[in-house]
Amino acid sequence: MPSLGADMEEGKLAEWLVAPGDRLARGDIVAVVETQKGAIEIETFEAGEVLELIAEPGQTLPVGAPLARLSRPGEEEADAPEAGSSPSRTPEPALEPESEPVAPTPAAEPAPATPAASAPRPVHVGPSPGQGALASPAARARAAEAGLDLAALTGSGPGGAVLLSDVETHLNAVPAVKAAPGKPATKGKPGLDMAEMRRAIAAAMSRAKREIPHYYLSHRIDLQVAQEWLSATNADRSPDKRLLMGALLIRATVRALAKVPELNGRFESTEFAPAGNINCGMAVAMRGGGLIAPAIMDAQDKGTDETMASMRDLVARTRAGRLRNSEVTQGTITISSLGENGVDTLFGVIYPPQVALVGFGSPRVVPVAHDGAVAARVCVMATLAADHRVSDGRRGATFLAEIDRLLQEPESL
Amino acid sequence: MTPEDIRTAFVEDLTSVAPDIDPGTLDDDEHMQDDLGLDSMDFLNLVSALHKRFNLPIPESDYPELATTAKAVRYLGRALAGQGG
Repeated sequence: MPSLGADMEEGKLAEWLVAPGDRLARGDIVAVVETQKGAIEIETFEAGEVLELIAEPGQTLPVGAPLARLSRPGEEEADAPEAGSSPSRTPEPALEPESEPVAPTPAAEPAPATPAASAPRPVHVGPSPGQGALASPAARARAAEAGLDLAALTGSGPGGAVLLSDVETHLNAVPAVKAAPGKPATKGKPGLDMAEMRRAIAAAMSRAKREIPHYYLSHRIDLQVAQEWLSATNADRSPDKRLLMGALLIRATVRALAKVPELNGRFESTEFAPAGNINCGMAVAMRGGGLIAPAIMDAQDKGTDETMASMRDLVARTRAGRLRNSEVTQGTITISSLGENGVDTLFGVIYPPQVALVGFGSPRVVPVAHDGAVAARVCVMATLAADHRVSDGRRGATFLAEIDRLLQEPESL
Repeated sequence: MTPEDIRTAFVEDLTSVAPDIDPGTLDDDEHMQDDLGLDSMDFLNLVSALHKRFNLPIPESDYPELATTAKAVRYLGRALAGQGG
């Protein structure tokens, strides 16, 4: 079960899209998992043949539990990596300040708090088939019966071995593991639990406010030229080919990153890693509340029309609950745009482990000085929330100014 | 097409774009953006669906005519009549 965010503790396997014997290439979609962010399509990070499907549809599993076993081409079965396990966890290391770290010491009295807080957190990093964990035969049998991964348990026996009591304690503490029906909660749409989503947003934003020293910049951008170009362009197009101003804003932002690359990347644990490609997160408001920011992958290679097509595709799949795990975990910057019916200015909160969030208020016709006179022109307030551990206001200002400059030449975006 | 047919088709496309809207409680004077919460992408998808269904151009300058279900039904009726039927 891959981690699809620092706040994710468990996921429910919705369906398998592969079967034993299938040969997979890296990036193939293998399964659909229901998470706090809705149903997510899981890609495999390893090539190989599917040997065994371990998890069953309907099962809820802790992050790190094996879903299936793959054979690596030319390798023994025993070394089989777990589909969707370690590589996807790397971006979200076990450093998760939202929850109490699980003590490796014997826990004679497991905390009877909420299931989420007491669920053991797997901390192994490499591939580790569950059968390799130290465990008593009784514990092994009970875990197998319950569909539980032994590697996901903290053992209280000799050498950390998992005992039957550990398995029972875990099963009692986390009833959801027993393929239980979904929790009763307000449902915005099938597969999407609004209370869970709110919890995920709260966890990510708390982490951002706690760990990231934000600084903020704001800059008014004249969009009159872009608006006129957009209207003229759309006049000749059928509705399915039309562009939205949002596509120009995203395209300009992505291009401006070439000038200030330190705003694009991820700050994992103690160090900032600039990203070579731009996976541009786009905040999509869910109808009925909540927010998801899936990424337009490799946005640097997409022109305005392609960016627009990607936006349409992402929004449609967000609404339908069919995002891919790379799209929700591999973003390198996020853009939040209020669209036409919002307010003037958006002050963003950075989505960790990213280091910048660009906000666009609603474009409006306002009085501005233009060519020595006051004129009514369409303008938008662009803001930057950026991580002071990585950049300074001066560089942030260069970035917003570059977005402005690019938007004055919409035809060459 | 009668106005009722047009309304049925419009509501079908609207609820396809925004599946949480209940056709049973939809008020024909509710505003697409202000009341029903369609964002610009939702609205563009609605226009695209209507374009596909009715084969009408629906230029951007006509978007205000689609602001509510009642207005949209009148607009689509006029446009279809003017098209040669």
